[in-house]
Amino acid sequence: MRKLALSDEILLKVDKPARYIGNEINMVRKDPAGKTRFAMVFPDVYEIGMSHIGMQILYDMFNRREDVYCERVFSPWTDLDPIMREQQIPLFALESQDPIKDFDFIGITIQYEMCYTNILQILDLGQIPLHACDRTEEDPIVIGGGPCAYNPEPIAEFFDMFYIGEGETVYYDLLDRYKENKAAGGSRTDFLRMAAQIPGIYVPMFYDVTYKEDGTIDTFVPNCKEAPEKITKQLVLDMDTATYMENPVVPYIKVTQDRVVLEIQRGCIRGCRFCQAGNIYRPLREHSLEYLKDYAYKMLKSTGHEEISLSSLSSSDYRHLEGLVNFLIDEFKSQGVNISLPSLRIDAFSLDVMSKVQDIKKSSLTFAPEAGSQRLRDVINKGLTEESILGGAAQAFKGGWNRVKLYFMLGLPTETVSDMEGIAELSELVAEEYYSIPKEERNGKVQVVASSSFFVPKPFTPFQWAKMCTKDEFIERAYIVRNKFREMHNTKSLKYNWHEADLTILEGVFARGDRRVAPVIEEAYRQGALYDSWSESFHNDIWMKAFDTCGVDIGFYTFRDRDIDEVFPWDFIDSGVTKDFLVREWKNAIGEKVTPNCRQQCSGCGARKYEGGVCFEH
Amino acid sequence: MNIRIKFAKHGSMKFIGHLDLMRYFQKCMRRAGIPIKYSEGFSPHQIMSFAAPLGVGLTSNGEYMDIEVSDSEASSVMVQKLNDAMVEGMTVLSWRRLPDNAKNAMSIVAAADYTVAFREGHEPADWDVFTKDFMAFYNQADITILKKTKKSEKEIDIKPMIYDLHIEDQKICMQVSTGSANNLKPELVLEAYCGSQNTAYEAIDYLIQREEVYADLGDEANRKLVTLEDLGEEIE
Repeated sequence: MRKLALSDEILLKVDKPARYIGNEINMVRKDPAGKTRFAMVFPDVYEIGMSHIGMQILYDMFNRREDVYCERVFSPWTDLDPIMREQQIPLFALESQDPIKDFDFIGITIQYEMCYTNILQILDLGQIPLHACDRTEEDPIVIGGGPCAYNPEPIAEFFDMFYIGEGETVYYDLLDRYKENKAAGGSRTDFLRMAAQIPGIYVPMFYDVTYKEDGTIDTFVPNCKEAPEKITKQLVLDMDTATYMENPVVPYIKVTQDRVVLEIQRGCIRGCRFCQAGNIYRPLREHSLEYLKDYAYKMLKSTGHEEISLSSLSSSDYRHLEGLVNFLIDEFKSQGVNISLPSLRIDAFSLDVMSKVQDIKKSSLTFAPEAGSQRLRDVINKGLTEESILGGAAQAFKGGWNRVKLYFMLGLPTETVSDMEGIAELSELVAEEYYSIPKEERNGKVQVVASSSFFVPKPFTPFQWAKMCTKDEFIERAYIVRNKFREMHNTKSLKYNWHEADLTILEGVFARGDRRVAPVIEEAYRQGALYDSWSESFHNDIWMKAFDTCGVDIGFYTFRDRDIDEVFPWDFIDSGVTKDFLVREWKNAIGEKVTPNCRQQCSGCGARKYEGGVCFEH
Repeated sequence: MNIRIKFAKHGSMKFIGHLDLMRYFQKCMRRAGIPIKYSEGFSPHQIMSFAAPLGVGLTSNGEYMDIEVSDSEASSVMVQKLNDAMVEGMTVLSWRRLPDNAKNAMSIVAAADYTVAFREGHEPADWDVFTKDFMAFYNQADITILKKTKKSEKEIDIKPMIYDLHIEDQKICMQVSTGSANNLKPELVLEAYCGSQNTAYEAIDYLIQREEVYADLGDEANRKLVTLEDLGEEIE
């Protein structure tokens, strides 16, 4: 039997001990001796991390190599954290239960900005120096990846390197270089120099930044010959040859995604101007129908899951969706497998399959208009029209649905009061659509729930130049919407929620921050900030104080107008979409001009240079 | 066809709670390809019920669940199929067919055997003294404890609920009443003993293991305990 890193006494005291014991179905067991040891970290609690498909894909891919042992690490929850500090228990990996400080690599997947203090917790509890410059030959190489690596600068000093792009492509190369260097007796720095030459690898310490008097970046240049000026995003082109896991690890405790997740495609053709994923994962690449059928079988068999769901940015754009969904229903429904559908464009097809796989009484329709008026939807290039929302809703209401969720953003560029009020007006129109059905054909009252989040401009989107709202402006806008809702006729059928603004402001700072933001993150962590994405553990006062202590101005990163030719902290990354395209799209946004999607017409975003995906569909 | 499965739970699996264990077995049934039956309705679930939930932290050599299947191969084959789908710490011990009119395991549980060992470093200073004291405690005419409920406290005598108790190989072995009618947890016996010695009860001192679960085929006057396993028969 495996020996656990935590004593029974601790495990019986903390909440959900299953977070820390490993031993799940499909957990990989290997003898670590002589292997390159890789700790794959998701810096959040187990239930969140285990729901992330990317981590499972890489875990499987690494462990296919006999010379590598990849293990999982998650953030200890807030009840275990103080115990580990007090008893100086080094953070361990779930598989071997060995301390991660003895590993060769710590690979951290960075999915959202608000996990940054959890990254420091991982290193700190792992007894690994927080700063890359303080690490010695004894310490692991700390590597970051995931969407936040597209602007790694606010956390650059905590990482030895970042991987820009999809993990499947060059990790094997990196591991080979590591072994070569080790065999040759090379140093840590020797390895970093080798790594810097691998496409997609960014080694922050090999670059120097200087700033202008106004605080913006003056120069960003490599300080050693191995480091390239531009780091090019790496991606998988032939999706069906990409390694895919057949045996995902199956948690004991209920996790967020407690089901088989079938990734049907990567990228998106839509070009919504606020969306980072829609830009950095270009071009759209689909899996074939046959491939997905095969994996659906294999993964249901190997996990024993009772539910399967589809994952992609916009599932309705998958060309074989109808075939796939019908296959899943025909093949698995009779075996007691639930089919959980992603949010689909509401039309005859989606309503038909929804009625087959969901209980209409319990399910709701989801629309994401993102903005309340057609004008603003044109600004953000969200191709959803009022006509299609109301048409879809009408069809659904006739089919028996009576619950609708609408998602919006507040604080989008050029937003006016009439756009804000449009959120209430559109919700009202949906309700009216319902009440236009004869009473005897309706199913009670309709419930329309509108939610708004606050808009955060992200790197590599046409809105990367946009000025963000202040907290007061955000709240004021939410009040305008709320007040408008109160004026509506069907106010009893309508509900409006808005998100907290404090977190949004911080997200805004980190999204477009530079290296000078790092001390704030460290200071906030030292003062107790952790699990910031969890409202119960988020303490805005700690953060405000940390900005103050470090003399960093929130407004500089968020509420400032940016010049078109400003050098951004992330400009050294080639994400596939060119800056020319982003500028063009920013101007189109201001001009309220819609850009067609990739299947209608190529807009020359730059991603065609990867020579694959939707750019070469016939 | 109704099947009773006996299994053991050891090692790190003792940290997996009852609800998670049920989910674990549901997935095992699918992975092992067991032709388990599903309930009717919009979201069907497997027909599966457990005899007596085991507390987190306890290990067991005698856990039971009943399932309904459409078909079965020989017991030995089914046990092998399930064990191929188990994780370290979980072992399926038997697969028995129940008579068609059998009551489900949960409703007939009457007693259970437990052994209690001491955690390393937490053992009694002197085993002879401990054995003497513990048996003296057990041999009292009644063992009264204060049972706290949400609203009140009341005194109950747990002695009639302890069917047997002895110390063997430095382990406390006890057979206690279990089930919906009269459920006595072994922890409560240990707590009562500590109370009688005026020492604090520390749960962490003990390693408690369930060994077997019984049904009672006798009447109120005479118990006739039979293991749940023995109520089913091997499929050849």
